[in-house]
Amino acid sequence: MDTKRYELNVQLAQMLKGGVIMDVTNVEQAKIAEDAGAVAVMALERVPSDIRAQGGVARMSDPTMIAEIKRAVSVPVMAKARIGHFVEAQVLEAMNIDYIDESEVLTPADEECHIDKTKFAIPFVCGARNLGEALRRIAEGAAMIRTKGEAGTGNVVEAVRHMRTMNREIRQLLSMPLEEVTGYAKANGIPYEQALKVRELGRLPVVNFAAGGLATPADAALMMQLGCDGVFVGSGIFKSADPAKRARAIVKATAYFRDPLKILEASMDLGEAMPGLEISAIPENQLLAGRGW
Amino acid sequence: MIGVLDLQGDVVEHLDHLERLGVVARRVKEPSHLHDLKGLIIPGGESTCLARLLMIFGIDAAILEAYERGVKIWGTCAGAILLATQIVGEKRYLGLIDMEIERNSFGSQLDSFTTAASIPKVSSEPVPLTFIRAPKIRSVGTGVEILLQIDDYIAAAETAGILATVFHPELTNNLAFHRYFSRKCGLAAGESPPLADPTWTPTSWTRHSRVTSAV
Repeated sequence: MDTKRYELNVQLAQMLKGGVIMDVTNVEQAKIAEDAGAVAVMALERVPSDIRAQGGVARMSDPTMIAEIKRAVSVPVMAKARIGHFVEAQVLEAMNIDYIDESEVLTPADEECHIDKTKFAIPFVCGARNLGEALRRIAEGAAMIRTKGEAGTGNVVEAVRHMRTMNREIRQLLSMPLEEVTGYAKANGIPYEQALKVRELGRLPVVNFAAGGLATPADAALMMQLGCDGVFVGSGIFKSADPAKRARAIVKATAYFRDPLKILEASMDLGEAMPGLEISAIPENQLLAGRGW
Repeated sequence: MIGVLDLQGDVVEHLDHLERLGVVARRVKEPSHLHDLKGLIIPGGESTCLARLLMIFGIDAAILEAYERGVKIWGTCAGAILLATQIVGEKRYLGLIDMEIERNSFGSQLDSFTTAASIPKVSSEPVPLTFIRAPKIRSVGTGVEILLQIDDYIAAAETAGILATVFHPELTNNLAFHRYFSRKCGLAAGESPPLADPTWTPTSWTRHSRVTSAV
């Protein structure tokens, strides 16, 4: 990917700032999401909570379904490839979708290597739990970052942990003398050049969204106040009692994330949220955030 | 003062350009923020999202009122869609400039591109242009001036009160369109810095959202 193409890909993510990206599994849901004000949709066969419940190997979605969704909406369409599965990524690129999510929600295809994203013209978003992970993905060519959170749980605690960790590590990098940066970068697996870039900018050099466990308008506003540039909502919308209403409410709360009265308004009369999962009740080997490195 | 509609999209990129020109700018999130403005920029983003948020809190009506009062409005990309009187396959939103526009008219992100063009009314030098999943203006009505036509579509057009561009001047180092719009609003936007600002980089927007400003 040349520099200009990469810049354009980062800039598409800049257009999504302040917005909500919603998981959808069919054309009908995609249209509901678009009408509610989603800035993009993530096309996938099963939302994370179903993947979690049904188990088995989760792969890239059926291209037929992705193509139908792409035809049905005018907002950008994203789709997921397995970590390290560069051929799934090639297929998604050949389909002309707008963004690939190299996602831990699917079963990893490679336990050593993520996809070399610099080989692609299409943009990638990748999950991260901390600054080192985010910067390694950016070094590999990711044009956008999201927190991993813990997808499919309806529990925002992991997304909060990941965002607070990134913020704390960025503040540490900003406040230390230059001679400490080498050791800090080594200890945290941060490419040195990327560490210097973060010191210069005071944040990640690309857009950073929250993802993994968001279920309510207040969850979205919480992540925005923690400094995210926008939010992904996966199972949280179409696993709730009234998806259209909840989708609109989360869009509203994300736009007005510093305004408690508007978040209150958005939170009224939404019906049941998706059922939530306590993270400690999930067996260690079923946690998704630990996938990737 | 110029306002930038701050509901969703590339708001800080516009604020950054206005700041470079020494033009005082304000984020517009509520109808009351439209008071005392000479101009309003509707940024890039997703037009259905922006349209929905505009309607919920009555900002659309406030914008129409401001336009009647003489506030100039500039829409980039999604902003241009909101300003058009006709949108292919959709109902119109603000409908303030007589033109037909088609959403996402080039294809997917792989069809996003950059180019440069001469737009004599805006700049004596060629202006770099960034198109991201851009719309195309298909036609304009009488009384609308075409500023830039490329192949079979119109990329920039204006009336006395409205400027519409399907590309993103705020994503380049070039300040020509922001200076042009500021002057259209009757604001002094000087000759300094040069129109191609050498201090601008693609990450300049990040200074408006440093981690230190978060919780």
